[in-house]
Amino acid sequence: MRVENVVCPFCGCLCDDIVAEVEDNRITAVKEVCSSGRSFFLNARTEATRPTVDGKEVEWPEGIDAAARILTDSACPLIYGLSSTASEAQRKAVALADVLGASIDSTSSVCHGPTTIGIQNQGEPTCTLGEIKHRADLVVFWGCNPAEAHMRHFARYSVSARGKLTPQGRRDRTVVVVDVRPTASSRKADFFLQVRPGSDYEVLTALRALLKDETLDVTDVGGVSVAQLADLLERMKGCRFGVIFFGMGVTQTGGKHLNIAELLALVAELNAYTRFTAMAMRGHGNVAGADCVLTWQTGYPFAVNFARGYPQYNPGEFTAVDMLGRQEADAALIIASDPIAHFPRRAADQLRRIPTIVLDPEVNLTAQEAQVVLPTAIYGVSAAGTAYRMDNVPLPLKRVVDSPQPTDEQVLDWIIERVKTCSA
Amino acid sequence: MLGIINGEVYDPQNGINGQVRDIWIEDGKTVSGESVDRAGAEIIDAAGLVVMPGGVDIHSHIVGAKVNAGRKFRPEDHRDHVRSRTAVTRSGSGYTVPSTFLTGYGYAEMGYTTVMEAATAPLVARHTHEELEDTPMLDKGAFITMGNNHFIMKCIRDGQREKARHYVAWLLGATKGYAIKIVNPGGVENWKWGQNVGELDDEVIGFGVTPRQIITTLAWINDELGLPHLPHIHGINLGQSGNARTTVETIEALEGRRAHFCHLQFLSYGGEPGKRVRSGAAELARAVNEHPNITVDIGQVIFGEATTMTSDGPLQYRLHRLTGNKWLNDDVEGETGGGVVPIQYKRSNPINAVQWLIGLELFLLIDDPWRVFLTTDHPNAGPFFCYPQVIKLLMDRDYRAEMLLGIHRRARRSALLAELDREYSLYEIAIVTRAGTARALGLRNKGHLGVGADADVTIYRKLDDKEAMFTEPYLVLKDGQIVVRDGRIVREHQGRTLYVAPPYDPGIEADLRTHFEECYTISFDNYPVAPEYLSRSEVIPCA
Repeated sequence: MRVENVVCPFCGCLCDDIVAEVEDNRITAVKEVCSSGRSFFLNARTEATRPTVDGKEVEWPEGIDAAARILTDSACPLIYGLSSTASEAQRKAVALADVLGASIDSTSSVCHGPTTIGIQNQGEPTCTLGEIKHRADLVVFWGCNPAEAHMRHFARYSVSARGKLTPQGRRDRTVVVVDVRPTASSRKADFFLQVRPGSDYEVLTALRALLKDETLDVTDVGGVSVAQLADLLERMKGCRFGVIFFGMGVTQTGGKHLNIAELLALVAELNAYTRFTAMAMRGHGNVAGADCVLTWQTGYPFAVNFARGYPQYNPGEFTAVDMLGRQEADAALIIASDPIAHFPRRAADQLRRIPTIVLDPEVNLTAQEAQVVLPTAIYGVSAAGTAYRMDNVPLPLKRVVDSPQPTDEQVLDWIIERVKTCSA
Repeated sequence: MLGIINGEVYDPQNGINGQVRDIWIEDGKTVSGESVDRAGAEIIDAAGLVVMPGGVDIHSHIVGAKVNAGRKFRPEDHRDHVRSRTAVTRSGSGYTVPSTFLTGYGYAEMGYTTVMEAATAPLVARHTHEELEDTPMLDKGAFITMGNNHFIMKCIRDGQREKARHYVAWLLGATKGYAIKIVNPGGVENWKWGQNVGELDDEVIGFGVTPRQIITTLAWINDELGLPHLPHIHGINLGQSGNARTTVETIEALEGRRAHFCHLQFLSYGGEPGKRVRSGAAELARAVNEHPNITVDIGQVIFGEATTMTSDGPLQYRLHRLTGNKWLNDDVEGETGGGVVPIQYKRSNPINAVQWLIGLELFLLIDDPWRVFLTTDHPNAGPFFCYPQVIKLLMDRDYRAEMLLGIHRRARRSALLAELDREYSLYEIAIVTRAGTARALGLRNKGHLGVGADADVTIYRKLDDKEAMFTEPYLVLKDGQIVVRDGRIVREHQGRTLYVAPPYDPGIEADLRTHFEECYTISFDNYPVAPEYLSRSEVIPCA
């Protein structure tokens, strides 16, 4: 069987033109897909797996019971992950956090959390990816490397994509990469500006100063000559429709949200000359959805705490790394994420110490250390759901093959019901 | 069976003006009192209380991409405005841009039971519906922005009105939308070039069509499809001095076709373009009075915090430049755009004071309450939960006079308002907040309490202070169940999503597939919102 227009939930590109061949309830081939997506689809597990409690296989009601007990016994539970699950499950996760008075945080806090804070300071001139495909004649990639991290981004949206005002694709665009070292992306660019690590803020400020016709009394900023910056700025002012895509090279280096506020201020100011936009290169397939869902249910996109009965927002306090690092979180529910593999040592160590529940299709490193493991179906492969692309365009994830596993949404619903009866 | 007896009933649709009537309810509908078994019925004694149908809001920005972007970038809006979870309700935060649950609770606690989301870009309609699912207590629907849609503009350019008609029918069904929304026709497309339109016959770049053609074509389509609501128009030049002229021209351009003009206050500015704003309320009220084909809502300014958010990209940029406040912009491929800018309306600001005056003057100068409706264009001119304040302003001329004393001197000096001593009656309030809006929306089962209506009922204590009276209803019933008591939620309720599904020629799908390949970054098959997104819904029939 051939299934068309499958949405690949792997990264924030959410390419929705994948063709999957299915035989005997297994995906045997995928077309129109990048290598990450291919490996995601072809290695997707479809066999039945039972929950485990303390390493022993149990039936589902027992697993749900154990999870609910851990959460209700906790004084300060943490719910974390969310970026590789569907928005339907994210909605339930926030509901559970509300019932528990828990903290809830997504992987945003260790990738584009500073972007959100930058936007809260400065605003955000942006657009959907189709506007870039059809209009953009100047494309800047700053601190990101889509050639390796978002492999079809160039072809579908930003560089070689052929659009209405860009009928010749790559030839109709000027491509600029700003990064601290040459990358696969910079090799595809017309111009590469190599900045000194940690100097993005200075470079952005210099561009803003030049835009205001200030004279700079230095010859270079952050390793880039003022002449080069002036040249880039003229291209920015003179283009028809420009965009800066930015990644963790800007969000997670010194200055963090200040870098982003500066970048967004520059982009806003360029609109006095031409149309200019900015967009965060979101990594995980539905990390944008996690921001959206948390925002519409609580008012805040990440780092939310319900301990007082209402949502409070404080990055640095209620963010998962900090809740764990201070040894404040005393139980954790991890949904579709592997923090032990990625968090700083202190935070990961706390996760090993406290009772932890994992909802994930895979037995990842965190699951290996967890008390309760609840193996779920895979959204976009064996479960239908919704994911938000990096430009916040929501797409329907398909159920391409059947799975005996329940979805994250179902399991969270069971836990909520059980928690409510435990508390009552 | 439930009876609300002895109440003073205001049901303008059925001509009931404060007479004592009994209302009988069964299975979520109002039923005739004749066949009622009163012995077994649960009885609410409403003696001395005011009984009205549940409120129906015709224009409010409550959910979807733009609203959520507003929530996300305004933590300062939420911090001091929180609501704790209870045994029956979810927690949340937000003042001008509250979280979804708070929006549902806030409306219900004010006696409103139906709300229309005023602008959804079709590409992100799925997002709108996800949020509507998390907006409890209310029946709701979403207007779909079409005034800058490439497919429609191409059809107009090529003289293919029929094809445009089938497309609109398809689009409404595909997005599970309720009505055609037009925002700054052509101007939002031109904004993608850093420009705008200023006249009805300006050209839309790349299409060679005009705002006039877009509006008249969509108004024609609306009639042809027999949609329950009217084309819902936010015209050109919103927020700019001198736009009263182009708004009147837009009304005249319709040549008698029916249409709804939203937040008319923002489109009733006299004076010269680029110069000081003056009230154009008299001019606009005259035009509305003379054109029975037109209904309007006001978008009354409330002094205090607001968040402006529209699909009108160039307007939002102008507001950003004007105020220096932070700015969100979101251009949507091939369809529309949008922006968000926080704003404060101050009594002491002469422009804001004139805006406040214009809204009230329109309310008082438009003769027929069935054609003028109460909104604050939430959260553009102010938050929805300030409606009771507006009701008091309309019903109480002493309160109006007192408020007038507090506004900027220059605005006060020129105010027509000082001479207007009309006071709205409870009957008229019932029209501008429920009966009239339900009628304009084509919702036959709402806005009244006749047999067969949805049993959405609000019971108020009769107080002299009308703001207090309308802030805290004694009881609110949704689908025949008590959901609010003394202004607090006692039961969470999942309302319906209302949408239209007009028939279209499936033959256009081939054209649409080509259009999607040329115009979009998502596939045609992944565009429509599947019925599974709507847990409880009702298709409102077309004529």
